[in-house]
Amino acid sequence: MSFLRRRIWVILPPYLWLLIFFALPFAFILKISLAETAVAMPPYGDIWSWTSGKFEWLGSLDNFRFLLDDEIYVLSYLNSLKLAAISTLIALLIGYPMALAIARMPESIRSFMLLLVILPSWTSFLIRIYAWIGLLKNNGLINHLLMSIGVIDEPIVMLHTNFAIYVGIVYGYLPFMILPIYANLVKLDLRLIEAAQDLGARPARVFFSITLPLSLSGIFAGCFLVFIPSVGEFIIPDLLGGPDTLMIGKTLWQEFFTNRDWPVASAIAVVMLAILMVPIYIYRRIELKRLGIEG
Amino acid sequence: MKLTKIMLGFGFAFLYFPLVILVIYSFNESRLVTVWSEFSVKWYFELFKDEQLINGFLLSLRIASLTACASVVFGTMASYILVKFGRFPGQTIFSGLTVAPLVMPDVITGLSLLLLFVGLNELIGWPSARGATTIWIAHVTFCIAFVTVVVSSRLREMDGSLEEAAMDLGAGPVKVFFYITLPIIMPAIMSGWLLAFTLSLDDLVIASFVSGPGASTLPMVIYSSVRLGVSPKINALATIFVVCILISSTASWWLANRFSPASGGTGKTT
Repeated sequence: MSFLRRRIWVILPPYLWLLIFFALPFAFILKISLAETAVAMPPYGDIWSWTSGKFEWLGSLDNFRFLLDDEIYVLSYLNSLKLAAISTLIALLIGYPMALAIARMPESIRSFMLLLVILPSWTSFLIRIYAWIGLLKNNGLINHLLMSIGVIDEPIVMLHTNFAIYVGIVYGYLPFMILPIYANLVKLDLRLIEAAQDLGARPARVFFSITLPLSLSGIFAGCFLVFIPSVGEFIIPDLLGGPDTLMIGKTLWQEFFTNRDWPVASAIAVVMLAILMVPIYIYRRIELKRLGIEG
Repeated sequence: MKLTKIMLGFGFAFLYFPLVILVIYSFNESRLVTVWSEFSVKWYFELFKDEQLINGFLLSLRIASLTACASVVFGTMASYILVKFGRFPGQTIFSGLTVAPLVMPDVITGLSLLLLFVGLNELIGWPSARGATTIWIAHVTFCIAFVTVVVSSRLREMDGSLEEAAMDLGAGPVKVFFYITLPIIMPAIMSGWLLAFTLSLDDLVIASFVSGPGASTLPMVIYSSVRLGVSPKINALATIFVVCILISSTASWWLANRFSPASGGTGKTT
């Protein structure tokens, strides 16, 4: 027992920090999502009152009903899920071959290749997304190039479209796809592949019956690492999307900063969290397993 | 296997093309970012005259270094708990709390922390104002997760027999940790520190929620100028970012390779 008592002093500081600053805030967000908007600071009412010993419940589900009534919110959720899912798929199709190529390289240059993968993400995310504005604009570099070599006569509208969002998400999150897949592939026992080849399996067969199945946990980790944050992405739809590109992160931002409607913003967050709960739970299991921790 | 090499080249081109263009056009005289007029470094001078930008940078630098230090301490503790302690009451919740911030969308983390700060202020009068401190708390909270991932994988790979040997020789758990475990996992702790530092320096969304009047971090200043349109000044800033990161990461990669015997380095300190 004294063992546990001593350990408690190691466990408590990070545990308490995460409970107070990561778990407890969700209680607050849930509370405010049930409150009414008020013209005050902070701009929300109470969800219960306690006057002269009498408890009165004031909260309501009105904010959630409001989200259902106005189709802009439902569309935002669906559109976010769609854009995030397609971007994740594209990132997987680009990232997997890259991870495979690096994993099969001689050990001496692998770490340099990984450095090349990570390097761009050490510069500011905001600036990297901003860079695409200049490239995708109507009078931007890509249109300029295409027109000067005569492929097109009129600029293609790329900025402020869904295409720009796909480019932004794939560009911003590609390293998060490559790294877990690489970590998985590099540990793969090459003797299995040799054995399959010796038995006459063709490259495609080797890939689909050995390499791919054995790298599934890396694929899942990568996909969740790209998919979950990009559902709630704000910077990409704000800078690259158009005024009618609905993504839930941007809708929440506008509800909070532009409309100053904290309760509705909280309700949006609660629903987003409910949608992402299952993917986050699965991701947690995969990640802990990858780290070799029982959870 | 040829195909994957081609994809790798294509992927790298995709990753680096926008950055290269950004750097080239930072030396463009013209205000139009897409039309080349002539070579000039005037945007760099403009950059150093921009007081808001410099103040934002200094604030971000301060928050980022303090964030990195705190999250490395908590993250190392969390890794040690997860890897070495085995089961304890509440372990499932604890492991969930350490991993979930990795994927939690920024808008949710930001909004929920703001509501926490506002609610706590009403209940116990703290924090009385929002600014650098609240941003620091928010950043530490999500950086702990990233540090934990980096450190715990190193902790798992390390040879446990060294710790056992020290314990057999009569060293207590605290002494074993500081004399054996800590030096071995130090490289991972250092990369965790750097990771937390860059993540904090980079964050726009969470900081925007939990910041108060007067505390604008660098990403917040950049964002407000980017919203107004493309500006060559931001290109100049990006170029400085890219050059700093190129130098520091190549140097650390070179050092790591030179001194690690596994990759063929001689390990000579001459």
